[in-house]
Amino acid sequence: MPDELYRLTAHEIADLIHCRKVSALEVARSFNTRISDVDPKVRSYITLTPELAEQQAIAIDEAIERGDEIPTLAGIPWAIKDNMNTRGIMTTCASKILDGYKPVYNATVVDRLAKDGALTLGKANLDEFAMGSSTENSGLFVTHNPWDLDKVPGGSSGGSAAAVSADECAFSLGSDTGGSIRQPASFCGVVGLKPTYGRVSRYGLIAFASSLDQIGPLTKDVEDCALVMNSICGKDQMDSTSLDIPRPDFTKSLRNDVKGLKIGVPKEFFAQGTDPDVEKSVMDAIELLKSLGADWKETSMPNVEYGLPVYYIIAPAECSSNLARYDGVRYGLRSTKSTDTIAMFQHTREEGFGPEVKQRIMIGTYTLSAGYYDAYYLKAQKVRTMLRRDFEKAFEEFDVLITPTSPTVSFGIGEKTHDPMAMKLADVCTIPANLAGIPAISIPCGFKDGMPIGLQIMGKSLDEETMLRVAYTFEQNTQFHKARPNL
Amino acid sequence: MIEFEPVIGMEVHVELQTKSKMFCGCEVGFGGDPNIRCCPVCLGLPGSLPVVNETAIEYMTKAALALNCTINKQSIFHRKNYYYPDLPKNYQVSQYDIPLGVDGWLEITTNGQVKKIAIRRVHMEEDTGKLLHVEGNRSHVDYNRSGVPLMEIVTMNPPPPGLHQIESADEAREYLQRLRAILVYLGVSDCKMEEGSMRCEPNISIRPKGQEKFGTKTEIKNLNSFRAVYLGVEYELKRQEKVIRAGDKVIQETRRWDDANGLTAKMRSKEVEQEYRYFPEPDLMPMRFTEEHIETLRASLPELPIAKAARFVSDFGIPQSDAEVLVDSPELANFYEDCVKCSSDAKAVSNWIMGEFLRLINSAGITLNENKITPELLAGMLKLIDNGTINRNMAKIVFEDMFSTGRDADKIVDERGLRQVNDESAIEEAVNKIIATSPGEVERFRGGEEKLMGWFVGQVMRESKGKANPATVNKLLKDKLS
Amino acid sequence: MGLSRQEIEGVAHLSRLELTSDELDKLTDQINTLLEHFIKLQELDTADVEPTSHAIPVYNVFRKDEVRPSLLPEEVVANGPIVADNCFVVPRVVET
Repeated sequence: MPDELYRLTAHEIADLIHCRKVSALEVARSFNTRISDVDPKVRSYITLTPELAEQQAIAIDEAIERGDEIPTLAGIPWAIKDNMNTRGIMTTCASKILDGYKPVYNATVVDRLAKDGALTLGKANLDEFAMGSSTENSGLFVTHNPWDLDKVPGGSSGGSAAAVSADECAFSLGSDTGGSIRQPASFCGVVGLKPTYGRVSRYGLIAFASSLDQIGPLTKDVEDCALVMNSICGKDQMDSTSLDIPRPDFTKSLRNDVKGLKIGVPKEFFAQGTDPDVEKSVMDAIELLKSLGADWKETSMPNVEYGLPVYYIIAPAECSSNLARYDGVRYGLRSTKSTDTIAMFQHTREEGFGPEVKQRIMIGTYTLSAGYYDAYYLKAQKVRTMLRRDFEKAFEEFDVLITPTSPTVSFGIGEKTHDPMAMKLADVCTIPANLAGIPAISIPCGFKDGMPIGLQIMGKSLDEETMLRVAYTFEQNTQFHKARPNL
Repeated sequence: MIEFEPVIGMEVHVELQTKSKMFCGCEVGFGGDPNIRCCPVCLGLPGSLPVVNETAIEYMTKAALALNCTINKQSIFHRKNYYYPDLPKNYQVSQYDIPLGVDGWLEITTNGQVKKIAIRRVHMEEDTGKLLHVEGNRSHVDYNRSGVPLMEIVTMNPPPPGLHQIESADEAREYLQRLRAILVYLGVSDCKMEEGSMRCEPNISIRPKGQEKFGTKTEIKNLNSFRAVYLGVEYELKRQEKVIRAGDKVIQETRRWDDANGLTAKMRSKEVEQEYRYFPEPDLMPMRFTEEHIETLRASLPELPIAKAARFVSDFGIPQSDAEVLVDSPELANFYEDCVKCSSDAKAVSNWIMGEFLRLINSAGITLNENKITPELLAGMLKLIDNGTINRNMAKIVFEDMFSTGRDADKIVDERGLRQVNDESAIEEAVNKIIATSPGEVERFRGGEEKLMGWFVGQVMRESKGKANPATVNKLLKDKLS
Repeated sequence: MGLSRQEIEGVAHLSRLELTSDELDKLTDQINTLLEHFIKLQELDTADVEPTSHAIPVYNVFRKDEVRPSLLPEEVVANGPIVADNCFVVPRVVET
């Protein structure tokens, strides 16, 4: 049993630890060994911290010995997307421009999980600065999909998703700006949740697009997701955008019950280009929920089609400003071609940023410039309001909205890199939830040619509970979440 | 020959004296080693986020109200994007089209004429770090100042009807002095130009008298005192006039004031409006103020200098010029008022405070609160002058003693034997002695040199060790010398 | 329609990116492609629509004016590429 601890879910491990059937150190060792075995193939991790995990585990075991109260995630090992600050542990955002950067402070979510006893396994790979949908934009290396090592894990939280899928951690944290938790979750066959904007503190999350970024869990099942949400949600004094609202116990939503639930299925999310097998799996899932007592109806959200241009104006604009600070003065890479400060800035950024990041900075700078601000940025923010209203209207009629997470399943590494526009077009299903600030979850709902398919459930603003209940119900009546890749 | 008239706009930045910085809990301080008051937020470290200091907003709102501004009920922050090593995020969190306060004015009086200088806006932003230039073409960057709350006050040119603009170096200096007085009274800033907590960048242009269109303006930086502002504006006005009369054009540029040489020198060309790409700050939530909140703040404003000076004039009957000196700082004004309460001779109190008291405070280099003279002590001394116990010469000695020891006047007079001599016969003795021993001067006086009376008085006072009643001395001398 | 190579160079300077000729060509294409996708937004009448700056409107988020501990001076410069006298060292500053 101790050998295969890494196969268990977080709640299963928690039970074993609480019943003293297994020690935190045994758990840590099991995962560390698993990582050494498979990560050379999967490459989920940029930085590994096995000794730290074991030190933390020993401290947990000693606390349990003493009879201290056992925190909820005691002894549960996790992976952190490498765009969240970890004190003393290298943090790269998968970019050369942060070469050697060791933060002097922790992201709030890191502190919260440490307080709840979780064990730090390491920093997970991502698309550089969270910009991308396949993790192929990482400035360091590519992560492989555990289901098929020649395929992408999705992005930008590709390392986080792959690590959960490959049992290289019990859960991970990712960040989601336009789908970066949900899409890799769907490609890797795991659960990925983007909370309502403002639920989880962004303090310490290296910013990409401030009004869209949210941190969220990637887990093996919905119960784990609720557990992690309990730990990371809640007002943070260090983040003005984090909401001062009561934090529910999300595990209370884990009920196998969708009787009377009203499901909306917006047709704009099944755009041209949606793989028919993906569509079929999603519709089968919806029919299953119907058989369990829910009702569903097709609906229309006419402004969804504008989601992509709105997103690709707002996100790059905010990112062009958020990434201005990388200039070689205070941390990271500094170009040797630094004859004066302008040259230093220009060469450092040229050498340090990858092509996708440069493109987004450029388009963002352009759309914010005088003369273009009204036509682009301001216009996009107005259309964003119209999209939000579409959602508000839909949620007057429905409790949740269900769609595919992505129009396709995972694809081959290198297959789409020649056409950055095509990759962006595939974000059509996930982007709207970020623009509206509502919560959304992706859960496994099928396979196509051996690759996982993801089902997206979107909930009303601040109504993660209904969304989790629907996800849990689906899980309880299927086996998809139990499938594991052969590594 | 055409006559020109100046047009001067003022952009003033004021550091607010909150305890902590605008968006983080680092201490607002001055001096010390570099980079000792920094944190992830004011360093702009990746992942850091700002949180607004509520006292900074309160201070700013009070300042805007004291400057007669309308407070925008909803106000937001914007990002001002530009690259500079002292700006850690390479953007500054500031305000753009919805600042906290708009459309205010500040009253100045130059040459007896009251002008209400129009203020366009009062807004909130964060200060930058500091660049220290070192040899070898390098600079050191210190972020202690990064994130300190900064209030920006900008005048309006042309002013709306009913209000005015600054039109001379004198007015520019007075504008700053009045602004400083208000802000010090509010307790929101110590406004020390030499320490950088108040910074002023005038923009200056001239145009032919009567022309509506503005001339090309230049901006002056590096003015570190009110005096420098006066001199800098004066110089620049003259320089521009010289340029235009020579047939050349004034170039729109930023010029640096060179205090040592008393001139402005070209710094850089302000050719194109810097491309700041303003957009609303997504990391901060908007601010909303209720009418009630604004009125509560307005009611909490202290009596400001102009109103206080007017009240001193009408209640205490002292001249306007006295009042203006006495309201220079709230501490001084309160001290004056407390003294008047104890002693009732408002003019005498004013004279002693404006004269001896301020002289002693300044040379001792202490603050008013540290000083030993209390309103009661001053009142006690004034009583002794009033009832003839001491004369003015002795009073000066008593006052200095009171200042250094804190003892009351009675004690000092007794212990040091400073009582005025009123006994006529004793004074007569001294007068007779001086007359007897100065025949030459007596002859000259009787010969018409009336000025010598002062000399005689002085001699008698010396003879009596300063204690003789001066009025009696004068009377007796007049009698005996005529 | 679309940006000229020269305009792209201007944007690159504003972004402080010293791009190669190749990159400039590629980016000109990519950005122009993106801009074409943005055109469809002009179809919408947004005259009476308020822009969204924050997904969930909240007002007056403040903190009390209290001093909290700063970083240690050595922590401040810990990641500095070039540091001297506990300051960050930068080369000659050119006025823009």
